[in-house]
Amino acid sequence: MGRTPETEREDEGAGHRGAYYSGARAALPFALATGLLGVSFGVLAGSLGWGALAAVASSVLICSGSAQFAVAAVLGAGGGPLAAIVAAVLLNARFGPMGLAVGPYLKGGPLRRALEGQAVIDASWALASRGGGRFDREFMIGASAPQVVAWIGGTAVGMLGGDFVGDPERRGLDAIFPAFFLVLLVEELRGGRSAIAVALIAAVLALLLVPHAPPGVPVIAACAAALFGLRRSR
Amino acid sequence: MTTLWLTILAVALANAAIKASGPVLVGGKEIPPRASAVISLLAPALLAALVVTEAFGEDGALVLDEKALGVGVAGIALLLRAPVLVAVFLAALTAALARAFV
Repeated sequence: MGRTPETEREDEGAGHRGAYYSGARAALPFALATGLLGVSFGVLAGSLGWGALAAVASSVLICSGSAQFAVAAVLGAGGGPLAAIVAAVLLNARFGPMGLAVGPYLKGGPLRRALEGQAVIDASWALASRGGGRFDREFMIGASAPQVVAWIGGTAVGMLGGDFVGDPERRGLDAIFPAFFLVLLVEELRGGRSAIAVALIAAVLALLLVPHAPPGVPVIAACAAALFGLRRSR
Repeated sequence: MTTLWLTILAVALANAAIKASGPVLVGGKEIPPRASAVISLLAPALLAALVVTEAFGEDGALVLDEKALGVGVAGIALLLRAPVLVAVFLAALTAALARAFV
């Protein structure tokens, strides 16, 4: 919030430990939302007859709300495993461009970079964005930690504790995620006019594609709006 | 149940591969300015697309429902400089109330 280049330089001086910690702290509100969503995923998986072990294992191994809800939705509607896998891959394809963006700020050889790339989660990635294409590696990894814990813990609670959350939709939980992406978008828009122009183009592209393309594709296609950056840089 | 486990494992592997691809591809190289100008705009593009698809997309159709209403209220709260948690909470509350009473 309101980071100036000056305060940012001070943060860097505070050392890596501090950055991991501030990332974790900044992610707490999102971890709370993620935990609640994890509970609703656990309840959903339970209602579909997944065993507790399978539900929790999916949260540990896949560790991605969008992919797991997609798998549950496709399998739950009687779809085959291939359809479930394709849906999950399309939804998570956005981590491709996100990884390209943080890539230069990660450390080490290919293996370590591949491992560090696993810390890319929507909220952490956006929180760690420092404008102008720069990213704070330690902040992002720190921000992912509480969210991963909350997601796995939430899944277990939803699975075992059953139904105290009730129908996630009736509790309005499905509105949490778009609202929280909106929060992050508002932060990004402070980055200036090109950011606003790109956001508008991307939103229109995505909306136009929603009725015609499989879920996940509109988000990937909307990345094309970032090509607006070529125009700016002559 | 084996199908479920195989699906979970396959999705886990695919997801890990997708997340690894970007960082491995760019390596530790300096990014040319033109490319970094594009990369720096990926964040607003992705976030805007996520907001509208999650708020208005429902099974491959555009809908204006209680969820979209909740997101709209969160947007207004943010414009009024409400704290993040308040805005997100208002989104959920609005959607829940609209579903219960409208």
